[in-house]
Amino acid sequence: MIWNEKIECASRDEMKALQSERLIDTVQRIYHNIPSYRKKMQEVGLVPGDIKSIDDLSKLPFTTKQDLRDNYPFGMFTVPMSEIVRVHASSGTTGKPTVVGYTRKDLNTWAEVVTRTLCMAGVHRNDMVQIAYGYGLFTGGLGMHYGCENLGASVIPISGGNTQKQLQLMQDFGTSVIACTPSYSLFLAEAMEEAGIKKEDLNLRVGIFGAEPWTEEMRREIESKLGLKAIDIYGLSEVIGPGVSCECEHQRGMHINEDHFVPEIIHPETLEPMPDGEVGELVFTTVTKEGIPIIRYRTRDLTRLIYEPCACGRTLVRMEKCKGRSDDMLIIRGVNVFPSQIESVLLDMSETEPHYLLIVEREGNLDSLKLMVEVQEQFFSDEVKQLEVLRKKITHNIQSTLGISVNVKLVEPKTIERTAGKAKRVIDNRKL
Amino acid sequence: MIIKQLSVFLENKSGRLNEVSQLLGDAGINLSALSVADTSEFGILRLIVSEPDKAYQVLKAADFSVKLTDVVCLNSPNVPGALAKALNILSSEEVFIEYLYAFSMDKQSANIVLKPDDIQKCIQVLQKHQLELVKASDLYKI
Ligand SMILES: [Zn+2]
Repeated sequence: MIWNEKIECASRDEMKALQSERLIDTVQRIYHNIPSYRKKMQEVGLVPGDIKSIDDLSKLPFTTKQDLRDNYPFGMFTVPMSEIVRVHASSGTTGKPTVVGYTRKDLNTWAEVVTRTLCMAGVHRNDMVQIAYGYGLFTGGLGMHYGCENLGASVIPISGGNTQKQLQLMQDFGTSVIACTPSYSLFLAEAMEEAGIKKEDLNLRVGIFGAEPWTEEMRREIESKLGLKAIDIYGLSEVIGPGVSCECEHQRGMHINEDHFVPEIIHPETLEPMPDGEVGELVFTTVTKEGIPIIRYRTRDLTRLIYEPCACGRTLVRMEKCKGRSDDMLIIRGVNVFPSQIESVLLDMSETEPHYLLIVEREGNLDSLKLMVEVQEQFFSDEVKQLEVLRKKITHNIQSTLGISVNVKLVEPKTIERTAGKAKRVIDNRKL
Repeated sequence: MIIKQLSVFLENKSGRLNEVSQLLGDAGINLSALSVADTSEFGILRLIVSEPDKAYQVLKAADFSVKLTDVVCLNSPNVPGALAKALNILSSEEVFIEYLYAFSMDKQSANIVLKPDDIQKCIQVLQKHQLELVKASDLYKI
């Protein structure tokens, strides 16, 4: 079923006309309400009247995560706080989180786009949907929740974690759709095996997996172990949350809800738009959001856009599974991790530049993070006890900063390979 | 009375101890005493050597994490209960020992290296009770 056929199957000309109209309106609103946007536009000599259609999008300046941090917490909201009915925040970055706000209309938009994506995934109102994304400041849980309710499916708002309970409810309630991170789905599969639960004992039909990168190989594994169709969903809180794009039953790229979120692909270094079909950095402009409209937001995700029509009948442009990042951000168990965060934790504990190496592995089906820290003189105590305390302190400080556990190993100086004097910071062995 | 002990951080992997002794040997530095404190992950090698400052430079140049730590060395008669007696004295005078290790030079006595929390106080207490402290210069010569 296609939820909003008029939009999802619109011709390219109709879509561009709609995007143009909405972009013009958005640019007016941000120019007059957000000093930082106005300033950026003035710097390149732009006035709102210069934006006459969606083809003018590339004239506008970019927005980055740093802009959101610089305007923490509410500096990029376009409406008075009385109009804001919800805020979400993303953790996992040094210092301040990025905060986003939603008006009533934004929440309706969000529910609409998530409902569309659920229909793409083949979910219908008779389904029992177990939402195992975290509820709270993270957009995953609540975002999926309102989309499911809007569709009319039955929601089990169990949130993340508590694997035994997840399994119990899957059995007792006859869960037909599970929404969680792909790595957690494999973790569930393992727990099922241990508990002697077979996929035939369950009623699972569809899995909606997002918030972290995953491979086709993982898809095959998840599908065979859980006996469901594994659908990739994409979103980020700066744009709206889950529901920016999602695969349809053909699993050939994620349809972008481009009447709300207009995608572009740019060269990550020159920042110039890339020719159609080429891989580059994905950039989004929201054209209907009221709380925090965002212009040319650099996602840092690398992918390409597919404009060919899809077998499902939708004309919404598709994006391929993300191929990596244009910065050094890692996504570990759904949490965004920048090596610079680790560095600042270590710097806080000593005077001089720390040497460290992050190793990310996928052990079993869960990502694990190992951190090797060179014991430079500033760290070295001649007592075992003190070194153990140091190790525990690093572990604790990183855990409380990143929100994920880390296995810290102290190593001798100059153990970590340096290339041209600069240490290699990250080894990602997950082979994505 | 204060002895400079060399402490070296070592990962628990084979060959590192050899490397340290090789480096010191090549530099003409003699080892008087050696002890290793370790966990499953790493260890701390503690050394008394003939030329602590030179040894420090040699190991530092070879990228080891190394430190000079002040310790004292007690010469204790090689009779049952001698060590216990000395430790009891220290503890009753509230001198706390972070670690110690011993090495015998001959049949008559043993040398006990002590790392107290307060080194000056430790020396005072030991001297007050007429316990024999080994001079740094004597120890480095061994
Ligand atoms: Zn499709």
